[in-house]
Amino acid sequence: SISKVHCVVLLTMTVFSGYFSHSTDFEVHRNWLAITHSLPVSKWYHENTSEWTLDYPPLFAWFEYSLSHVAQHFDKEMLVVQNLIYTSPATILFQRLSVIVTDIVFIYAVKECCRSVREEKGSKDLLGHPFFILAALLLWNFGLLIVDHIHFQYNGFLFGILLLSVARHLQGRHLEGALLFTVLLNLKHIYLYIAPAYGIFLLRSYCFTKDNTDGSVRWSSFSPVRLVALGSIVISVGALSFGPFIAMGQLPQVLSRLFPFKRGLCHAYWAPNVWALYNMVDKALSVLGVRLKLLDVAKLPKASMTGGLVQEFQHSILPSVSPSITLICTLLSIMPAVLSIWCRPRGARGFLRCLVVCALGSFMFGWHVHEKAILMAILPFSILAVESREDAGIFLMLTTTGHYSLFPLLFTAAELPIKVLLMLLFTLYSFTSLKKLFRGSLLNPLETTYLLGLVAVEILCEVVYPLSPWQHTLPFVPLLVTSVYCSLGVSYSFIRLYVSLLRQHGTDKHKQL
Amino acid sequence: MENWSLVSICVLFGLTARWAVSLNSYSGAGKPPMFGDYEAQRHWQEVTYNLPVHEWYFNTTDNNLNYWGLDYPPLTAYHSLLCAHVAKLINPDWVELHASRGHESYGHKLFMRATVLVADLLIYIPAVVLYSFYLSEGSNKKKVCTVLCILLYPGLILIDYGHFQYNSISLGLALWGVVVLGLGWDVLGSLAFVLSLNYKQMELYHSLPFFCYLLGKCFKQGLAGRGLFLLVKIAVTVLVTFALCWLPFLSDPGQILQVVHRLFPVGRGLFEDKVANTWCSLNVLIKIKTILSTDTQLYFSLTTTLLAILPSSIKLLMKPTLWQFKLALVNSSLAFFLFSFQVHEKSILLPALPVCLLLNDLPLPAIWFLQASTFSMLPLFLKDGLLVPYVVTSLAFLFFSIYLLSAFEHCSEDKLRLGPYRRLLICMPRMDLGRVTKWKFYFSITAMAGLSFMSVALAPPDQLPDLFPLLVSVFSYLHFLGLLLYFNIVQIAEPLQSVRKNQKKSN
Repeated sequence: SISKVHCVVLLTMTVFSGYFSHSTDFEVHRNWLAITHSLPVSKWYHENTSEWTLDYPPLFAWFEYSLSHVAQHFDKEMLVVQNLIYTSPATILFQRLSVIVTDIVFIYAVKECCRSVREEKGSKDLLGHPFFILAALLLWNFGLLIVDHIHFQYNGFLFGILLLSVARHLQGRHLEGALLFTVLLNLKHIYLYIAPAYGIFLLRSYCFTKDNTDGSVRWSSFSPVRLVALGSIVISVGALSFGPFIAMGQLPQVLSRLFPFKRGLCHAYWAPNVWALYNMVDKALSVLGVRLKLLDVAKLPKASMTGGLVQEFQHSILPSVSPSITLICTLLSIMPAVLSIWCRPRGARGFLRCLVVCALGSFMFGWHVHEKAILMAILPFSILAVESREDAGIFLMLTTTGHYSLFPLLFTAAELPIKVLLMLLFTLYSFTSLKKLFRGSLLNPLETTYLLGLVAVEILCEVVYPLSPWQHTLPFVPLLVTSVYCSLGVSYSFIRLYVSLLRQHGTDKHKQL
Repeated sequence: MENWSLVSICVLFGLTARWAVSLNSYSGAGKPPMFGDYEAQRHWQEVTYNLPVHEWYFNTTDNNLNYWGLDYPPLTAYHSLLCAHVAKLINPDWVELHASRGHESYGHKLFMRATVLVADLLIYIPAVVLYSFYLSEGSNKKKVCTVLCILLYPGLILIDYGHFQYNSISLGLALWGVVVLGLGWDVLGSLAFVLSLNYKQMELYHSLPFFCYLLGKCFKQGLAGRGLFLLVKIAVTVLVTFALCWLPFLSDPGQILQVVHRLFPVGRGLFEDKVANTWCSLNVLIKIKTILSTDTQLYFSLTTTLLAILPSSIKLLMKPTLWQFKLALVNSSLAFFLFSFQVHEKSILLPALPVCLLLNDLPLPAIWFLQASTFSMLPLFLKDGLLVPYVVTSLAFLFFSIYLLSAFEHCSEDKLRLGPYRRLLICMPRMDLGRVTKWKFYFSITAMAGLSFMSVALAPPDQLPDLFPLLVSVFSYLHFLGLLLYFNIVQIAEPLQSVRKNQKKSN
């Protein structure tokens, strides 16, 4: 009955948003429906009439293909590739409905996660149960609502598969978890970010059936059968998805579409990661340099002084960052976490923690990261947050900052009350419910001040700044301020999460001595 | 979780629902030359800002009363003036005399919607929260659920934030009146109600219960002593408030007459369009509009209305308690709706407000009524392009209220106070009336869903172009009539003296 209520809440909130104006992502998915429906398979990854080319793996293309068969009953015109930016009411209705319907996967996954949550003994009323709080935090997640139902993506469906895979691992059904993750990878390759966590965990905890008494690897317990089982799952799903394209010799073309490295270190709006801070320092130094007459204005790249919204951001003072550098930084950042679950595996929960660290690490150091990627860390972290007090504190910090950083996605005046109200709803609920669950304050005064500062930033960016004279000369300043302020919070959460992971690793080591 | 956080969450949820609906279309969007209620409100801002007070209600060269002339009492005009001042600060084009006629823009729509939200937040929502916490019974959880369910009532959301009106102000002020009276402050309560009356003259539907309740209280306190003092205090408050509201118009009796003439257009006929009341439904069988003259129609409707409200008002006079007061509000406004002159379908909101107050006590009949009231306005919503919000808010309201208020658990004969029905149906002693009610409810909701679907999906036959609006209004009418009977029976069947032992409904 609890899930019934949640379903209703989710559905009502989502259908409410059904009539919002479409965003570019809307057109992207319409285009993909058209491509997969109207063109033969061999042309899918070559087609570029529209600028929004197919850049998800083939399994997602097959998903869009199956959707398009339903779409033709709503409005045949949306499936014509040439109809760029086609937005009849039937199209909008169909697209929104498809997101809502595929959210069923998400709802089921949340139910499974709630089943795996550990509870303390003691009678609590319904609202205080950890699994109710987890269900609420996941189903009413502000970020997911905003990104999926207002901005338009299929993240509910994809995160549903991710959470289901995690739930299966928590329940000990590792093969199913692996299958689900492989499917997920073939639907959206951004989940490669967390593939190391999966890989090492499955190798260490599943392929090696027993551990030594001190927790280290017992090489003799290696089970080739299990390895072969895992391998065959990965290969068969991959074959299903990429097979046709390998047969047609289109693999290089597909890969080039999937990994377009030309796009620039940062998105037009800098995701709140390390590179945002890096850019900020660079900008500040160049402005300072010009003021102090140490630099010549003419020698600096034009865009660095006046704009912040260019795709190819050139650093003027600090060294430029290339894709390989970001890859190395990412790998370095997740290495300790991955090593820790190899050396001292802590079961499925250790894996989950490592997964969150991997997701956050790649968010912090990745190339051309979109701010929506913060959800990859927030959603799985919710499971840990309802089980441990320290995790709840980090969760509140990460989730509030991360969700606030999504605000620039909705920039019209009509959407301002919606995003503010939904943000207040989620933040209020998460704070009060977790506080009640763990009986006491979860954040220290500094953190609370930082989070209250978000309110000031919001008022500054959305109310004060547009009315000031700088709005026309330096229009990017609100975005910059939001990005930099949030990256402080996200980085802080990342560091705290890492510290807690390594501290657990340390206590495990102490137990052996 | 503490109360304040739960209530804040409910209020935030209600606000989100309201703003989400307001992003849809409004009445008369893109339909020149007359547009709709949205344009009317904008026009009143223009008129009140640019013209002097004594010209507001008169037909002048600058003020053409045929184009949405002001036909609400002065408080609406003052509110429009206030909004116009704000509008002038943001964009003077919105209230430019003559030039702004038919002005429609993205920014203006946001401004107008924002004015509704602000008024709601300041007046209606606090009243709902106060009512649930101080005047309704049950655990804290139940009170929070009541807040949520009242705030989710689809009819008010769709009319105020979709069609575009300011009902939340008049209904909110009336609710403040009820809350304050319930807390025992009679003078302030009457003040609030008079303000509400001066915002929309339709609040006259609620006036008789207020009058009878206060008069009954005066009688109870003894007309020779404190009762008389109370009566005088209330009368003075009412007169002074009226005078203050009508101050600019008091200098000239011609002004007052003109305003009254605008407020009560008796020349307009028994009903307009399709509305779920007796006359429109009767018109299907007998064309009374053509048979009787306008004067006869007026007297006929007047007498039937008075007859319908008489029992309830007398009972309230004899037993002025909060419970009786709430029931009388329902009965009076519903009777007015069903039998009065020149009723609009939006007037169903007037009985809907007191029924919201009964959600805690009689969940199933209240939910049934509220859903029927939303359904009765379906043709209006379809005309305004509000189909999706209608479906979503109705479904949300049904699910939340039935689940949170445990409507089906409180479905026994006893809880529904079906005693008198039991006595009437003496021939069928074995029927479980509670079960019967539940099944009737299911059937009714299914029928409403079916009719809604048909109104949208099917085209009416050529000979009967108004088939679906007519079916909707007749169906709703039958519901309202049945529920009028039910609420009257509940109110009148109650004994005059409260029973000594623990009664659930304390009087």
